[in-house]
Amino acid sequence: MLHLALFLIFGVIAVVGAINLIAQTHPINSALSLVVVMGSLAAEYLLLGAEFLGAIQVIVYAGAIMVLFVFTIMLLNAGAEEQTRGSKVAIIIGIPGMVIGSVAVAWALIRAHTGAEVPVGSLYGSAQGIGHLLFRDFLLPFEITSVLILIAIMGAVVLARRES
Amino acid sequence: MVPISYYLVLSAILFACGVLGFLIKRNVITIFMSIELMLNAVNLSFVAFASYWQALSGQVFVFFVMVVAAAEAAVGLAIIIAVFRTRQTLNPDRVNLLKL
Repeated sequence: MLHLALFLIFGVIAVVGAINLIAQTHPINSALSLVVVMGSLAAEYLLLGAEFLGAIQVIVYAGAIMVLFVFTIMLLNAGAEEQTRGSKVAIIIGIPGMVIGSVAVAWALIRAHTGAEVPVGSLYGSAQGIGHLLFRDFLLPFEITSVLILIAIMGAVVLARRES
Repeated sequence: MVPISYYLVLSAILFACGVLGFLIKRNVITIFMSIELMLNAVNLSFVAFASYWQALSGQVFVFFVMVVAAAEAAVGLAIIIAVFRTRQTLNPDRVNLLKL
């Protein structure tokens, strides 16, 4: 019961943050809403027992990536978003289509509910367990990821450098 | 005890918000943030299914998604800075020519 209440509280916070991200016109407000969404998703991970991922979510996503976003917004001195007329097709077909699609998906998910439930902290994702898996079964993907990060660092430096 | 479908519905709502923001926003940084929102929504369903099937590898996949998202954010923001330097705008509607 407490689990369900906490799930609903953090879920509502996440959805409100996501809607606020779309509703705000200034990018810095959108960035702060996204921090709220990521923080509440970290709480959802903790409810599922994934404590390592909850910590990583706060440190990497809400910490590092969002600082990068806020830094870029301030560096470029981005003002409020300028309003331009979107295409008519997007308004006439796109938004109703998205609403119908999401309602259909939610209805299908609720209807297919067979009483399958996730107990609180059922799968304890400790740093130790994930580390064992990461350095034994997923060693090759892990090493490839390190090469990817190296390429990303070089790409970011080359792209953001001022041409002399 | 929370049904798995609740997690999936929350994930679907967040993903839909991300898609909507990606389509209607007129600021390339906010569009980029919508992409991050979609990645987060998918991560939530990964973790929910990992608990459901009692498989820790689902959480390892979330770890990989986060790493790729961090790399993508670094490169993407560098591209945004490079575009802003040549165009002086963040509106993607004004970045519609290959030639300056």
